[in-house]
Amino acid sequence: MRMSDPLLVIGDLVKRFPVRAGIFHRKVAEVKAVEMVSFDIRSGEIFGLVGESGSGKSTVGKTLLGIYKPTKGSIRFKGRDVTTLIKENLRFFKKEAQMVFQDPKSSLNPRRSIKSTLEESLIVHKIAKNGREREKIVVDLLGMVELSPSFMYKYPSMLSGGQRQRVAIARALALNPSFIVLDEPTSALDVSVQAKIIRLLQRLQAERQMAYLFISHDLSLMRTMASRTAVMYLGRIYELAPTEELFTNPLYPYTKTLISAVPVVSEEERRMKPKKQSAGGEIPSPINPPSGCTFHPRCSLAQRVCSQQLPELVEVMPGHFVRCHVVTNA
Amino acid sequence: MLEIRDLCVYFRGYEGVSRVLDAVSLNVGRGERVGLAGETGCGKTVTMKTVMGLLKTPPAIIPHGEVILDGQNILEMSAKHLLQIKGMKISMIFQDPMNALNPVFTIGGQLYDVIRFAQSRSGNGRKRARTEIHARAIAALEEVRLPDPERILNSYPLELSGGMRQRVLIAMALVNRPSFLIADEPQTALDVTIGAQILGLLSELVRTKGISVLLITHNLGVIQETTERIYIMYAGQIAETMPTALLFDNPKHPYSQGLLASVPRLTGGEIAEGIRGTVPDYIAAPSGCRFHPRCDYVMPICSQKKPPPFMVELDHYVGCWLYGEDGG
Repeated sequence: MRMSDPLLVIGDLVKRFPVRAGIFHRKVAEVKAVEMVSFDIRSGEIFGLVGESGSGKSTVGKTLLGIYKPTKGSIRFKGRDVTTLIKENLRFFKKEAQMVFQDPKSSLNPRRSIKSTLEESLIVHKIAKNGREREKIVVDLLGMVELSPSFMYKYPSMLSGGQRQRVAIARALALNPSFIVLDEPTSALDVSVQAKIIRLLQRLQAERQMAYLFISHDLSLMRTMASRTAVMYLGRIYELAPTEELFTNPLYPYTKTLISAVPVVSEEERRMKPKKQSAGGEIPSPINPPSGCTFHPRCSLAQRVCSQQLPELVEVMPGHFVRCHVVTNA
Repeated sequence: MLEIRDLCVYFRGYEGVSRVLDAVSLNVGRGERVGLAGETGCGKTVTMKTVMGLLKTPPAIIPHGEVILDGQNILEMSAKHLLQIKGMKISMIFQDPMNALNPVFTIGGQLYDVIRFAQSRSGNGRKRARTEIHARAIAALEEVRLPDPERILNSYPLELSGGMRQRVLIAMALVNRPSFLIADEPQTALDVTIGAQILGLLSELVRTKGISVLLITHNLGVIQETTERIYIMYAGQIAETMPTALLFDNPKHPYSQGLLASVPRLTGGEIAEGIRGTVPDYIAAPSGCRFHPRCDYVMPICSQKKPPPFMVELDHYVGCWLYGEDGG
């Protein structure tokens, strides 16, 4: 498969969660977590999803891997629609696509030794012939994440946050996947530990030509990690561009507001910040999102059309898509 | 305003004594905004709790040191005296606004309490009328730009968003006109755009009121944008202090340099490999400079003697032997 071929194609993905209430547990409303999201990830690429809480970025990641069942839409992995896969074919997909979660404390089983945690998927997928071979693979996996073999016999509570996240990464690597969803993999860590984990993830990606879906709310980190970035707000993608382009030439008012809100350390960074284009305000509820462009109540450039009609995602420059009446009409 | 001198705080536990704070000295001038930065477990919270008199002794032991607020040593104060200062002269904003508010009382009930507390402590014996308390509560909420303060007073914390709750807490912290404010990571629990709004509001209010601030955070960007001077703490020792504006061009302590190089930048580029090794255990804290086992420039003296703060330029002190007369 060539580098530029899409590994994963997501078309018009929708995920809604019912809100139930009352003694009959009736559905009273829906959380519109993800609304008509489409994008593709090429093999060997790091694709970033950035947004604030409630933007639906984690839901996209979890729906891709089948943790949630999509309400609508298609997910094609290496040409096959994975939403309809069963048995053998599904097993192939589960081997190829893995996930690293935000909080390694809750994603690792506290009662299992690291060895037992890392062995599990090897057993399920019948990777090794016998116990000795499995143990060898476990040692290799620990080596890949720069942990010594003695970690095999430890339990998660004996490890630091950074070490736990290394184990979670080793677990994701166990089946030699071509695609990993990284859902805020460093947000529970200190910056100096985060730096090490990020470097590790970058090195592994380069060595094994894996594709990542990197989900984060940290824009500075996104700039370092992703080759293309999509900005989500209340379940929709509003801007998608090569990362470099997105940061140097953001077009959507929310993207500008988001970049301008990042607390930065140097004068150089301060200078590159765009002017914010928001009058403040809170993030609305995804149960009852605003009409039209969902950012319009907070947008300082909003016109009448913005509250009436949802703009289309338009390619304004090669590879740079934006969903905004003001930008595309100008 | 606030001066901490050679403060040591130890904790007695089953496995021995954890020597957490090792002779921490720190001061905040009148009307000055100072940041205290460091990673998890570096002693930021212990410092803050000592200043607020929230430290339980035992298990904590304070073998020596002074915390002087407005000329008075907090550590020697009677509980009654301390209570008069808390919430009046000195006030605090917590990290997680949900945990800092009581979920079963309305915002109004909790805000009235704070106002009444000040009144009962002010000693002039005059009981204020309900309407006056109510008016002050409304004014406090308006000051933090909460729309429809009347409705907010009757709401429960759960009915408000995270950003609104944090605004309520700022209102509560400022309603009795304190002269000193401790803010413990006021933006971490919030989204980027909401956090920026809160920090903007807080900076503006403390500047116009001339309140001294000690901002505690692990986010160097937040410190850079809101404070004038910064202290960098590592494993219970102050590594470096300087005007915030200098930090990003001129960090001197190897730890500050490593920390700063680990911060991902909005302008992109590679981030550094971090700092080798891990944070030490306080029960067997390294001798001398506690950073020495992880330091690339370590010298024999580093493990023998704790470096005093060496002045490298005006207002810029580094606790590192590299900058001593005999070293570097």
